[in-house]
Amino acid sequence: MSRRRPYVRPMAGWWRRNPHHFLYMVREGTSVFVGAYAVVLLWALTALADGPDAWSTWLATMRHPLAVLFHLVVFVAACWHTVTWFAVSPKTMPPMRLGGRPVPASALVGGQYLAAIVTSGAILYAAAAAA
Amino acid sequence: MSTRTIHMEILRYHPERGEAPRFESFEVPVHHDSSLLDGLRYVKDRIDGSLSFRWSCRMAVCGSCGVMVDGEPKLGCQVFLRDYGARVRVEPLAHFPIERDLAIDQHDFLDKLQGAGTWLVPAQTLDPAEGPRRQTPAELERFSQFSHCINCLLCYAACPQYGLDPDFTGPAVLSLVHRYNEDSRDAGKAARMELLDAEEGVWGCTLVGHCSEVCPKAVDPALAINRNKIESAKDYFLRFLTPRGRP
Amino acid sequence: MNRRRSHEPVFWVLFGAGGVVAALTLPALVLVTGLLGPHDLLGEDALAYGRMRALAAPWPGKLLLLPLVALPLWLAAHRIHHSMHDLGVQVRPVASALVCYGLAAAGSALALVTLVRIG
Repeated sequence: MSRRRPYVRPMAGWWRRNPHHFLYMVREGTSVFVGAYAVVLLWALTALADGPDAWSTWLATMRHPLAVLFHLVVFVAACWHTVTWFAVSPKTMPPMRLGGRPVPASALVGGQYLAAIVTSGAILYAAAAAA
Repeated sequence: MSTRTIHMEILRYHPERGEAPRFESFEVPVHHDSSLLDGLRYVKDRIDGSLSFRWSCRMAVCGSCGVMVDGEPKLGCQVFLRDYGARVRVEPLAHFPIERDLAIDQHDFLDKLQGAGTWLVPAQTLDPAEGPRRQTPAELERFSQFSHCINCLLCYAACPQYGLDPDFTGPAVLSLVHRYNEDSRDAGKAARMELLDAEEGVWGCTLVGHCSEVCPKAVDPALAINRNKIESAKDYFLRFLTPRGRP
Repeated sequence: MNRRRSHEPVFWVLFGAGGVVAALTLPALVLVTGLLGPHDLLGEDALAYGRMRALAAPWPGKLLLLPLVALPLWLAAHRIHHSMHDLGVQVRPVASALVCYGLAAAGSALALVTLVRIG
């Protein structure tokens, strides 16, 4: 008669052991930079409400080399968020049908990239229009 | 004909020796058609008869021979040794307690499967005299892939959320719940929502997505679970509009 | 079997909305407010005070800016909350949820009040 003694392996460091899990943590990690950037936008709003001087201060801070570095990192993180968000969207979106057939995943993802390009173009055009 | 050999580094664990699991290396011949399972059987038959592992069909149907191969969950019968170099690491499926060597304790999964209501619940008692209940190809397509699950547990070994919190119902059982909820002949969805709506139901999932990549039967558990997040969210908000909703 | 209903749908819906908004707009927004705009690469007065006020003062502008600022906060709160669980650094899930979602709620409220203040 053998005695059972099931051995439970530890989970510590699990996300470093598998490349897929590592990429998952990177995907989740982009949110730290997204959140930090949202705080910068919030700061911009309060500066805008406080008047021209506060706005100039905010704008001057954005020109600091560290701010530029920060926004470069945020830009990469935001792009990676976009890529990963669209990549999983065929699983997360409500099922869509066109003419009785399910819309293929490639069309769903492609449509979203198109929407992102149009939105980005509109934002950049609106920002630069007065120049 | 000369054959090369491969070093199979196998995680050994003996419950009565009171030691932590450790790797043991075995040199195994590699033929063109040697599966990893063949390698394990070679070790047991020719080198060390005490090696414990589960297997049966050798053709990816029974779902018994799941192991971690170089850190990825795979069916031993579906992996060819020729695709690996000088050595390959074989461990028991991750996230499950090790019973002995490569054999894991499956009780947690089996209990969850029994408690999830994964069978057809017809709206009323059916009279066989009325003949078969037909479905259109579109109705079949809604659940077909999810019925291909062979309970091999690779998706559980791929899911860190299950490893971190064993209360999480996990990919295969949630896919099977989805399979019956989507069946046009079924009327048991309301009873299954209680499980889906819980933290240990669909809300334990953070869409790591690895479950769908490792499935040997091309089931997409991540799709099933995330479709049901939408269903559960509807259930959450719409219960305020329907008088009979659960609290 | 009696299972407790999860309140996750509330945060999941906000997270999902934040994820969509961030995916569609953030790369371009970062370019405008962080990389090109402040260095006059979009024209000298692209981020001029008067121009920004003209954007934020009317109600359609406020309704456009509020989700752009507030929803990504919920995306971040949700993922950071769950990542702390994933990394095993969560002392108590309730405490982590209170801090993460509490900050997102406070940030959203601040954004709303500030937008109204720009009047």
